[in-house]
Amino acid sequence: MVKLKDLIQKEPIMEGGHRMCLGCGAPIIVNLILRASDAPVVLANATGCLEVASTIFPYTAWRSPWIHSAFENAAATASGIETMYRALRKRGKINKKINFVAFGGDGGTYDIGFQSLSGALERGHRFLYVCYDNGAYMNTGVQRSSATPFGASTTTSPAGVVIQGKLQKRKDLTKIVVAHNIPYVAQASPHNWLDLAKKAEKAFSVDGPSFLNVVSPCPPGWKSEAKDTIGLSKIAVDTCFWPLYEVENGKYTINYKPKEKLPIEAWLKPQGRFRHLFKPENAELLKQIQQDIDKEWESLQKLSGL
Amino acid sequence: MRQINPDVCAAYPITPSTQVMEQFSEYVADGLVDTELIATESEHSAMSACIGAAAAGGRVMTATSSQGLALMWEMLYIAAGMRFPITLACVNRALSAPINIHGDHSDSMGARDSGWIQIYAENAQEAYDNQIQAVRIAEHMDVRLPVMSCMDGFITSHAIDSLELLDDKTVRDFVGEYKAINPLLDVEHPVTYGALDLQDYFMEHKRAQAEAMKNSRKIVIDIAKEYKKISGRGYEYFEEYYMDDAEIAIVILSSAAGTVKTVVEAMRAKGEKVGLLRPRIFRPFPYNELSDALSNVKAVAVMDRADSTGAEGGPLYMEFKSALYNRKKQPLMINKIFGLGGRDLMLPDIEMVYRELRDIKNSGKIRALSEYITVRGEEAAYGKA
Ligand SMILES: Cc1ncc(C[n+]2csc(CCOP(=O)(O)OP(=O)(O)O)c2C)c(N)n1
Ligand code: SF4
Ligand SMILES: [Mg+2]
Repeated sequence: MVKLKDLIQKEPIMEGGHRMCLGCGAPIIVNLILRASDAPVVLANATGCLEVASTIFPYTAWRSPWIHSAFENAAATASGIETMYRALRKRGKINKKINFVAFGGDGGTYDIGFQSLSGALERGHRFLYVCYDNGAYMNTGVQRSSATPFGASTTTSPAGVVIQGKLQKRKDLTKIVVAHNIPYVAQASPHNWLDLAKKAEKAFSVDGPSFLNVVSPCPPGWKSEAKDTIGLSKIAVDTCFWPLYEVENGKYTINYKPKEKLPIEAWLKPQGRFRHLFKPENAELLKQIQQDIDKEWESLQKLSGL
Repeated sequence: MRQINPDVCAAYPITPSTQVMEQFSEYVADGLVDTELIATESEHSAMSACIGAAAAGGRVMTATSSQGLALMWEMLYIAAGMRFPITLACVNRALSAPINIHGDHSDSMGARDSGWIQIYAENAQEAYDNQIQAVRIAEHMDVRLPVMSCMDGFITSHAIDSLELLDDKTVRDFVGEYKAINPLLDVEHPVTYGALDLQDYFMEHKRAQAEAMKNSRKIVIDIAKEYKKISGRGYEYFEEYYMDDAEIAIVILSSAAGTVKTVVEAMRAKGEKVGLLRPRIFRPFPYNELSDALSNVKAVAVMDRADSTGAEGGPLYMEFKSALYNRKKQPLMINKIFGLGGRDLMLPDIEMVYRELRDIKNSGKIRALSEYITVRGEEAAYGKA
């Protein structure tokens, strides 16, 4: 099992000096996951903040082999790499164990890369797909995605006079991935480093596809403070907006149950993208958000046999 | 493909290229090759997987047609820009709309600026020969670019044609071992592929890519010479048919050249100085050699099996016009768009074009620079001729 002592002794695979914003959740997530790998890793990255800000030629933040080819195809690209690995292994040209990881933002995963992800999962490639979900297309200036929470103001779902931010609910991608019947699926958060590292370790141990959906605070997009990144990811879990759970071969387990479920306002309030929801006339919307979360949480508890 | 036995193939079915992959899947299932096959959920993912596999460090092949090539578009440029020596069998088919499954060149012609080397085959034998040479061209250290080897959908791909196959060992020795450059799977030597390349480096990388394409001019000929040694079949940039003393000539790609040859024979028998030029390598476009080949001709019809709507004519025509622009001796040149969506080009249609060329040669006058032929509504124009 992973231990903090071992984790911190490993060199980070994503090196410092990259251009991601102060307080960005993505590099924290990436390094925690990669540190939990039991073997060298080869990485595929979708277009998005993580890719753009980590490899401005002639610099690279990556200490492991890394490829970015386009926005919607990190899973397909990883599937090609993994297949070549099997081909060369069969021909005796390579024999060491290598782990394959694809990274995509919510846009590159929930939306444009959805088909590519689904295809690669169904084909059963041995690779881990990590979605760092910051809830919008941040790299192109905070446009809404199908992961953007209900009510959030983004540049393509702005809160205005008659419309109060995004009108649609989030797509529940984690459950859609579960429906692919792959060996390991989990939701995680960077504030709970042990839980995240354990999940990564499990994901690397399965012989087939695995998927981690990780909430990833983004100060410019969430209109939050850089210092609050870890705090906000913890509140996301304590409000049950982002429950920590895993599905192993179809079996659901909730990994963390808040002793006292915080009201959703605790998570919405520190984020400027939800500011308009606190106008008195939007009280109904807040209520609706809370109801939806309660319902989801209840259904998740049922799924995990509680 | 069986004889080449690549490491990885990733593809998605589409008529008429489907059978290439079906047949190949059977070879895999029967253990005749040990290639790993990826049956992707789309052509976009097929080319993406090819890119991942090539970056990982091995030999990669795929096949597609029409909408499939269109869906790959984004990734075609990326495969070329990242300099991966992937080979693709493009079984030419019309692009929608209207939907049509038959052969024309609108698919691969649309990809002519994607950075892929393009070779067009007249028949099944040449398609086979080109595919084998494509591997060597793509993987040559002075090139390292992807190669698209094109053949006409149905006409070539599904015709029963006699084919002289080389034996497996000869082919495998000819293509040789794959040499990986900076493979991702070499975890001791980590590399970054696909970095963000801004104003201060992008042009140098694009220029390097353009130079590689220029280098490939010599390589396609070197490889063809080597291939002749093992096969007895020689190939050049283009094929000349009765061009030595031709006064009028047709320029045409792929299978339609076979029909033109029949007409040339017949007209030559009557003493008419007609010729045919069939380009084979379209990218890189061998403009000097092609211009030389036309230097003594008085009138030429470049015949395109694809249009570039809104331009002065089809893509092949435009290439020839610009190739000849700086020449002192220029033939008069017209363009015919034919065969879209697989429409047949018959012997009388070709004779008609030669007759028009003869009139142009004699009168020095061109009636129409570019027009569709063998199409409803053309009778008016021809009726007057
Ligand atoms: C085919 C295509 N469409 C659009 C874009 C523009 N684009 C690049 S990154 C991006 C958004 C990325 O969002 P996400 O995946 O959530 O990652 P983030 O930037 O939020 O980390 C978009 C729209 C593109 N690169 N390619
Ligand atoms: S915009 Fe957001 S996701 Fe992008 S680097 Fe900054 S904090 Fe990270
Ligand atoms: Mg995002």
